[in-house]
Amino acid sequence: MAIEDDVLVIGGGLAGASAALGAARGGASVRLVTHKENTLRNASGLIDVLGYHGSDEPIAEPFEAIPDLPDEHPYRKVGVDAVREALALFDEVVGELYEGGHTERNALSPTYGGRIKPTSRYPTSAAAGLASKEGDTLLVGFETVTAFDAPLAAERLDPSVPFEVRGVTIAFPGDLRSDARITRLARALDADELTERGRRVGTREALAERVAEHLGDAERVGFPAVLGDEEHHEVRASLGGELGVPVFEVPMGPPSLPGMRLEDGLYEALDEEGVRVESGNPVVGYTEEGGRITAVSVDRGRREIPYHADQFVLATGGLVGKGIDSSREGVFEPVFGCHVPQPAERYEWFHDEAFDDQPYARFGVAVDGGLRPLDPEGRPEFSNLRAAGAVLGGYDMAREKSGSGVSLSTGLVAGRRASEDIQ
Amino acid sequence: MSDADHTDEFEPVQVFPTTEMDLRPGADDCYKCSTCDSECPVAAVDDDFPGPKFQGPEQWRLKRKDDAEIDDSVMSCSNCMRCDSACPSGVPLSQMHNTARGSYVENGMDKLSREYIRNRILSNYGTLAWFGSKVPRLTNFLMSSSVVQTVNERVMGITSEREFPEFAQQTFREWWEERGGNATSKKRASEAREQTGRGGAEVESDEKRVAYFHGCYSNYNTPEVGKAMVRVFESFGYEVMVPPQKCSGTPMFANGMLPDARRAAETNVAELSAAIEDGADIIASCTSCSLSLRQEYPELFDLDGIEDVSAHTYEALEYLRIHEDLSGALEESEIDSRKFAYHAPCHARNQGLAGQAIELLDGIEGAEAEDVGDSCSGISGTYGWKEEKYDTSMKIGAEMFHHMEDAEPDAGMTECPTCAMQMEHGTGYEIRHPLEVMEEALVD
Repeated sequence: MAIEDDVLVIGGGLAGASAALGAARGGASVRLVTHKENTLRNASGLIDVLGYHGSDEPIAEPFEAIPDLPDEHPYRKVGVDAVREALALFDEVVGELYEGGHTERNALSPTYGGRIKPTSRYPTSAAAGLASKEGDTLLVGFETVTAFDAPLAAERLDPSVPFEVRGVTIAFPGDLRSDARITRLARALDADELTERGRRVGTREALAERVAEHLGDAERVGFPAVLGDEEHHEVRASLGGELGVPVFEVPMGPPSLPGMRLEDGLYEALDEEGVRVESGNPVVGYTEEGGRITAVSVDRGRREIPYHADQFVLATGGLVGKGIDSSREGVFEPVFGCHVPQPAERYEWFHDEAFDDQPYARFGVAVDGGLRPLDPEGRPEFSNLRAAGAVLGGYDMAREKSGSGVSLSTGLVAGRRASEDIQ
Repeated sequence: MSDADHTDEFEPVQVFPTTEMDLRPGADDCYKCSTCDSECPVAAVDDDFPGPKFQGPEQWRLKRKDDAEIDDSVMSCSNCMRCDSACPSGVPLSQMHNTARGSYVENGMDKLSREYIRNRILSNYGTLAWFGSKVPRLTNFLMSSSVVQTVNERVMGITSEREFPEFAQQTFREWWEERGGNATSKKRASEAREQTGRGGAEVESDEKRVAYFHGCYSNYNTPEVGKAMVRVFESFGYEVMVPPQKCSGTPMFANGMLPDARRAAETNVAELSAAIEDGADIIASCTSCSLSLRQEYPELFDLDGIEDVSAHTYEALEYLRIHEDLSGALEESEIDSRKFAYHAPCHARNQGLAGQAIELLDGIEGAEAEDVGDSCSGISGTYGWKEEKYDTSMKIGAEMFHHMEDAEPDAGMTECPTCAMQMEHGTGYEIRHPLEVMEEALVD
């Protein structure tokens, strides 16, 4: 019984971090175990609560819309106040990294594909670009960052916003390889490297010079989210200073710098709260006694190590994070084998059109009011196991734009309840 | 990963010709998210290095064609293996790099070239150290002479920027023999068990036995780490054995010297298997050694007992944490008040051990530990010793140096001997091994 804690959280994403913070603030000794790098670095960094429900019209007031959600939705399990508290905890933890906490209304953020997305909290780096603020906009793409086609994104945005949007593609300054990673670009801006031979000029100034040629009447300039890593506030400020207009980042797909910055902020908070974090090995099994989990086993190559705790939180993610898995026989939860409700007939898992309301998107464990996973008869699988985040069923994060809010709120509630139940 | 085991069923993969080690399924798992590239410490500072995604799955696909040769950039990979833990899709990147590097050295490298000879010497550090340790004073004198250093750099391509590690006056094995070997350890362990308190109450038999894989560095250069490991384990009632052994192979993998590594592995697997039969688990104090025995051996070689060795190998503190109430024992302990700046070696991260030393030190009265961040130290064993890689190595290490200086510690701390070298080289701080601090806290 060497490795033993009050609460063991399995999973290191938004839900796991929120659960660990909730449990630690409840006075528990907490360990968080996560396999590999978490999926935050694949996330845009936007914190959505509820963007859409039942129609194509974006929701302006997400908290007001929550009571209309179906009973099995995770938000209905935790209640709207818990969602507010989770967002407040998030605001406190990330501090200056994020904005949006001043209002309960959704903001509208442009996406790198040229759409507008309703979101609740947005990185400070994206603040100047919100579509809910007016101002003619220039989007700047880089030849080598192929995921963001600025002219195309501008063309798609222009008709849907009440201001003008133009797009231009330029070469990133300096002598970088043509397939340089976005982290390399960010580092060049962080360090303000001297880039051009024969002329002593830093990356930031050189970039601003190239953009200035295209600036015209634009009142703000957006870039793909590569504007610095550790020094991102400073990079944005100096580019804005050179150009004379505010500069913003358009959130991007993986690997995502806003996601990595968020990860850093959350893990710093976990450290301050005294949460012990272990990364690198998956949890693969458990032992139980009379309906209680006594330990989980962590796979270290060719053997399994027991991690004991009094309470457990399952926050391993959904189909993408591999907290929910599937085979030709069915959809299952791999760590504890918790029941995942699903039609027996495989052809009922999906509808034919890709963008239909897909049943499989809502697959996940069903839980009671205390977030305990339920067996097929509706009884808790284990008395001391709770689930949080994308491993939960009953909601479709992609359609609803509700992923972060569900993770934060169910994580907080699961962590709090776990710390209250310590025997 | 051989497909030969499933001949009764049709598998689409069988349509493709297979090589001896078929990594195709792993290569197919790569969906090009580039997370590995963004985590690679070499790619972060060397614009000419194409990164792990190219070195792993892409190069592996390319080399399946007869006319495609392995790109020489694979020699710029430092084998830190961070890409493994970055990959969300379970692609066996470091295994691909190791096999690609082995094949590049075998087929693409001139065996009379300065680079090949230099790499061979560096990766066979154990042999070099064996000679050197016979006359430690003379070797230390010679290796610190600027004439020898200049010759090393000009002729061999070994950087003169670094201070060659000193050889101890007495190796760990010499100390072990002088102390009375296994018999003495058995006696001390049983004495500790008879005393009430630590370890004593929980032991039913005298089957508490570990085999110490000391590796080259703690044998020749830092025997105090090996001694600390022995004393700490004995104080918990463990009888320590020290089986005959060769280099773990880590520097050989990193230099593509797979036949050398295989020869060493044959000895190690045979000797360690025998120790396992005698009831021992295997303990290493160097995290690269434990990673090698645990992960790289079964990935690269097919030897009798290799899976068993892998399953029984542990890092020293990891073992105590799993089997003993180590944090309980540390709660009652104390050391002279000091602050340590701790760096987790990449190979400790890969085993999920990155937070363990800090967690344990936090429980010792007098000890203060600060993690200096998740950057790579940059030396990566023999990598930072190469004249042409020295600058890259120092650029990678810069972040760690800054964090160490900000922390203003009394000493640095890490498990990896070459990370320790780099920490000292970059900051001037004295560097300790967590086991030495444990010894101070736990052993009278």
